[in-house]
Amino acid sequence: MSNPYAKLPGWAEYGLIPLINLIVAFLVAGLVVLLVGENPLNAAYHMINGAFGRGEYIGFTLYYATTFIFTGLSVAVAFHAGLFNIGSEGQAYIGGIGVALACLWLDRIAPWYVVFPLAILGSAFFGALWAFLPGWLQARRGSHIVITTIMFNFIASSVMIYLLTRVLKPMGSMAPQTRTFAEGGQLPKLDWLLSIFGMNIGTAPFNISFLLALLAAFGVWVLIWRTRFGYEMRTMGHSPGAARYAGISEARITIIVMMLSGALAGMMALNPIMGEQFRMQLDFVQGAGFVGIAVALMGRSHPAGIIPAAILFGMLYQGGAEIAFEMPAISRDMIVIIQGLVILFAGALENMFRPAISRLLARRRSSSLAPQPQNSGA
Amino acid sequence: MDLYHTLIVLLESTIRVSVPLILAALAGLFTERAGVFDIGLEGKMLGAAFAAGAVAGVTQSAFLGLGAGVLVSIALSLVHGYASITQRGNQIVSGVAINFVVAGATVILGEAWFRQGGRTPALSETGRFQVINLPFADAVREVPILGPIYSNILSGQFALTYLAFAMVPFSWWVLYRTRFGLRLRAVGENPAAVDTAGISVIWLRYRAVICCGILCGLAGAYLSLAMTAGFVKGMTAGKGYIALAALIFAKWRPVPVMFACLLFGFLDAFAIRMQGTPLPVIGQVPVQLMQALPYILTVILLAGFIGKATPPKAGGIPYVKER
Repeated sequence: MSNPYAKLPGWAEYGLIPLINLIVAFLVAGLVVLLVGENPLNAAYHMINGAFGRGEYIGFTLYYATTFIFTGLSVAVAFHAGLFNIGSEGQAYIGGIGVALACLWLDRIAPWYVVFPLAILGSAFFGALWAFLPGWLQARRGSHIVITTIMFNFIASSVMIYLLTRVLKPMGSMAPQTRTFAEGGQLPKLDWLLSIFGMNIGTAPFNISFLLALLAAFGVWVLIWRTRFGYEMRTMGHSPGAARYAGISEARITIIVMMLSGALAGMMALNPIMGEQFRMQLDFVQGAGFVGIAVALMGRSHPAGIIPAAILFGMLYQGGAEIAFEMPAISRDMIVIIQGLVILFAGALENMFRPAISRLLARRRSSSLAPQPQNSGA
Repeated sequence: MDLYHTLIVLLESTIRVSVPLILAALAGLFTERAGVFDIGLEGKMLGAAFAAGAVAGVTQSAFLGLGAGVLVSIALSLVHGYASITQRGNQIVSGVAINFVVAGATVILGEAWFRQGGRTPALSETGRFQVINLPFADAVREVPILGPIYSNILSGQFALTYLAFAMVPFSWWVLYRTRFGLRLRAVGENPAAVDTAGISVIWLRYRAVICCGILCGLAGAYLSLAMTAGFVKGMTAGKGYIALAALIFAKWRPVPVMFACLLFGFLDAFAIRMQGTPLPVIGQVPVQLMQALPYILTVILLAGFIGKATPPKAGGIPYVKER
């Protein structure tokens, strides 16, 4: 299969093109704001102010970003092996079981630093478990990973409704949620981190799982670019044929990559459950798994791109709440539109501006080289 | 007789909930057989339901609403087509994107235009579709066994319901008995061969995508103009994905698509009706299990435990003309 597009220099490939795609996505979102009869510039002002205007707002922005780093990494790891995991949503949801079990078991007798590692293991285990089946089905039975992961999202939702309304709910309570955790199930906030910069965290639930997310991002980078396994999975992602020829076991890679992806998605559950709610509620994931797709696409599946992309989406979530407060015509659903537009322009239409840009760059290069005779080399 | 009556009621609601599934699954059939995967069925249906509800709400004309729904759905299909055929982008990413944009936009625009919490204005008699009573439906109601079947199931359905069931043989005829259908299936299996024969792969795929838009538009309009009177936010509630599951369950063939949709519709109707009632032999089944059953069945099928579902060979791969 010939590659239809010419190669661009790194700064254009990883900087300019994502930036242009992002700007177009926001321009279209601005059109929607105009259509609703509000001023897009005002909306942008409220969004940025709402996301960064105060220490508390920044705390919220980073709290959301933590969630999206996990899910973004989850989607990105699978992307590198040529797998599209739409199931991060369901894996994060099921991952919550691991967190809840660790907390319900130990929160009254152990401090948070004992419960936290167990909760990490639990969330990763349950997330990986939920991703194992689609991975295994793809590897051994040839069923399409996209379809199975979509189906598993719905199955996860049913499983969790069942568990939360019948099993994990305390006796005598009507609300579909676990009991509120005692001290041991509550993660410490990162107020000290913000106070270094002279900011007050206020009520923002920005907590220690942010550091775990950064650690996970570093781990993913090491795994993908500095290990033999990472090399194998990238080979498979680029060219399954070459991987097979090189003796790389596709089945093994598929299953392990999906489990890693699921584990990362599952760890997302730590942030809302132990960091904010201190209990597991119905639908606590709230679409974060799908935001992960947008984050991974925008961050070009590289941890160094995923962290800023996650912060951008954290800004959208926190600033979006502020817009909804200032401009009643624009509810938080605006974020869903922007998220969709980012997926569209940074993902499906990522090549739309590429021909124009490469032509532009080629012209600039040729004009700077104009005096020398050119060898067109056809 | 009481059991029989329950069965009739159950079948009646099965048909009611199956219609959008059938239309959406047939929509998916057209694009996927042409090699364009479409997980944006949900979004297109939702967009069409909103447009249909909004236009019918303002004009109080069901037919204008239907037209608007179909147009919006075609427009969304063309976005998907542009991204996945012309721009050769990732078809799944494009489908996901459309689902999100529509999910957000229907709420924002609905709230801005009508200010009713994401609903469109209530529809009058003319604004929504009415059921069609076949002749003698009332007269034969008392006839044992066959009477209720005729008057409750065959009669008293919406025009769109009859249309949906008529679309099944029609789609089969188009796909298997016309030149267009042959080429459409060929383009999903081996686009290079179609290209060699001098037929435009791109234009064929665009036509398939437009067919998908029309059918999804009908499905959406059915939701907001026939099944209920007006649009409610998020009213597709995963039906697009169930339709996708049904399409796979039916191994991308039109008549099995209908049966798969009826099966999934039956499970849905059954789950609602039997909520809390213990079944003979198995005892009480949690309603969540019933709701998850279509997805579980599809996964089992995909795993190759009930036959083998082989997707169109060129599905999901953008066509690049070699130069």
